[in-house]
Amino acid sequence: MSPKRQRMTLALLAVVAIVGAVLLAMSALSDEAAFFYAPADAASAPVDKPVRLGGMVAPGSVKRMADGVTIAFTVTDGKATVPVRFSGIVPDLFRENSGVVAEGKFVAGGGFVADNLLAKHDERYMPPQVAGKMHKSESIAQ
Amino acid sequence: MIAEAGLAALWLAAAMALLQLAMAAIALSSRATEPPQIVRDLLAAVRPVAVAQGLLALGAFAALVALFARTDLSVLLVAENSHSAKPMLYKVAATWGNHEGSMLLWVTVLAVAGGAIALFERLLATRTHVATLAAQAAIAAGFYAFLLFASNPFARLSPTPLDGLGLNPLLQDPGLAFHPPTLYLGYVGLSVAFSFAVGALVTRDVGRDFARAMRPWVLGAWIFLTIGITAGSYWAYYELGWGGWWFWDPVENASLMPWLAATALLHSVTVLATRDGLRAWTIMLSVVAFSMSMVGTFLVRSGILTSVHAFAVDPTRGSFILALLILYIGGALALFAFRVGTVRQGALFEPVSREGGLVLNNLLLSVILGIVLIGTLYPLLAEAFGVQLSVGPPFFNRAAGPIALLLVAGMAVGPLLRWRRDRGRAVARRIAMPAAVTLIVFIALLFTDAGLMPLLGLSLAAGLAVASILPLVGRSPWRTPMPIWGMVVAHLGIAVSLAGMASDSAFTAERLVAARPGEINRVGPFAIRFEGIKPVVGDNWSAIQGRLIVTRDGGQPFLLRPEQRFFANPPTETSEAALATFWDGQLYAVLGRDDHGGRRQLRLWWKPFVTLIWAGGGLIALGGFVSLIGRVRRRRAR
Repeated sequence: MSPKRQRMTLALLAVVAIVGAVLLAMSALSDEAAFFYAPADAASAPVDKPVRLGGMVAPGSVKRMADGVTIAFTVTDGKATVPVRFSGIVPDLFRENSGVVAEGKFVAGGGFVADNLLAKHDERYMPPQVAGKMHKSESIAQ
Repeated sequence: MIAEAGLAALWLAAAMALLQLAMAAIALSSRATEPPQIVRDLLAAVRPVAVAQGLLALGAFAALVALFARTDLSVLLVAENSHSAKPMLYKVAATWGNHEGSMLLWVTVLAVAGGAIALFERLLATRTHVATLAAQAAIAAGFYAFLLFASNPFARLSPTPLDGLGLNPLLQDPGLAFHPPTLYLGYVGLSVAFSFAVGALVTRDVGRDFARAMRPWVLGAWIFLTIGITAGSYWAYYELGWGGWWFWDPVENASLMPWLAATALLHSVTVLATRDGLRAWTIMLSVVAFSMSMVGTFLVRSGILTSVHAFAVDPTRGSFILALLILYIGGALALFAFRVGTVRQGALFEPVSREGGLVLNNLLLSVILGIVLIGTLYPLLAEAFGVQLSVGPPFFNRAAGPIALLLVAGMAVGPLLRWRRDRGRAVARRIAMPAAVTLIVFIALLFTDAGLMPLLGLSLAAGLAVASILPLVGRSPWRTPMPIWGMVVAHLGIAVSLAGMASDSAFTAERLVAARPGEINRVGPFAIRFEGIKPVVGDNWSAIQGRLIVTRDGGQPFLLRPEQRFFANPPTETSEAALATFWDGQLYAVLGRDDHGGRRQLRLWWKPFVTLIWAGGGLIALGGFVSLIGRVRRRRAR
């Protein structure tokens, strides 16, 4: 192999690697990126795909199930509501009439099953866009 | 007084950086073969100035540590981030548990690294050495400006408050004392690779000597980065109480990306040092590695992300760091584009050879780096276009997982290849045993309920473990060069770590229950009896402590005490998980809330062999350390 050809081959390999990474990432992104929904646009949300649902916990809606670890509540943005179920340890700042972001999936029939809850001012891992959205839905509800 | 002295030291360090840059620029602009005396004097004077700059930055940092140790509340930063009723360890560690202090630590590591190059680097030609120090000073100057104009850590507060606001309770952990400094030593240590690359481009001096000079520095930074990431992962694992050890959080990715680039660089620099190949590529990777550190700094410190790592949200700071980022990365890339033509063609090589294997390693690491970078930045880009989304573990596992397994397979084969040229049949004979081990483990595990990825992970880990030891076969352990030992230990560490990750995702047993006092729950081989709760008090917190009596397969019972802690300054609740470590895994218990019916929520995990993840991380760092000792000793001997 001549020096020039080898250099070209290596450069080509590098390009293939970059293009491969981008293609792989893009195809996975189109399937796996979790979009953010408010209750009002829940109707257009896909079923059984990981998404985030954000809004206010409707007053008087939190119910504890008999197993002691599952709760059911309604998330509202003033325009629409979505019933949510969650099994697990709820964050400290989870309250009625306060903002929440639920990570999980919409199920057939309009409900939402959450695997994780982020409560308002939960410093741990709150993306700013979520905080912004939550603030918006809070002011709508008031 | 201490605060003013610290600020003065910082200003002086900044002045030294500018002086260093100016002296180097004047001296290097003279191209004469017989340079006049003044140029030679300037070249010689750059080193002591770099050392002085390092000492001044260290002095400024020491001043801030002293202010925090004494809880000097007349200093704004101390008042905002510390409290007099705090254990001494956290008072000192709080120095870098905030934006300004951590940026001061950042720039201190940068300046000390520059001083260390000036003192200890002896292989580089004088002009290249000076150009390297100039590049290091140029980076430092920008970050001094950032500190002095946008993040002054020594600002005073008047009137002095009665007490401080306290430190985020999540940070009140021994982890804070070790994780940020080690991570920064790695993160910012990569600036050395960047400066070496810039220096070599400036003086057009890229070759084997350059690679040999740079290698120990990259290795050193990489060791600290490995330790920092491993420690951070374990900290998140036990502190957050979520039972996970990696969340693909942007902040975690910010530390993983420089590590991936540095790992690729470590391997390509070996090709350059041994066979004089991959010249331009190695230079490129050096620039990329530190660029990833700066991108990480931008993501974490600009306030664009909110997490436990982002302390202050201030848009001017974000723009400042972004401007520095564009200036340095853009400048280095432009220099690369102008000068890459002058980098002479390196040696050629055959596809089936050690060099070929290392090229594959670099390609796959670059692909993973690309995927992580896209996944981390995509939500920010989408946000700019008004779309809100998050990219989480499903994306990274799906896109990067298969490539990582391919990389592991390549890692098993690569070290068994000979330099220059190898024959396919001979290679097949050498990899027969690890391949057989992989296959046997794969078939044996088919009968468990492990998913495909964990299954592949476990069998490849077994194969890699065997393959990584093979380079020692037929060698006397005492005569084997230390860098070979280092490679063996580090690759074995990857196998151990991968086995832990795969075992955790394949075999973890989880229970979520609401337990009455006296109730017994089972998870894995454990019977866990919930005794009840009792209040306890610590230095600056009070807690509700759950008491769990655990027996394993009817053996000796022991007590686990998960807590819910309440901190007063600032008022916060945190959950403190309880862990019991065994040779074959960890039992992990989290205390939840009262269910208003006499029951307490408990979350229990049995995680077989999860500890291998961090043990493997330790082995990887140890391998790097052994290799580093070998390299430094060989240099001394010459």
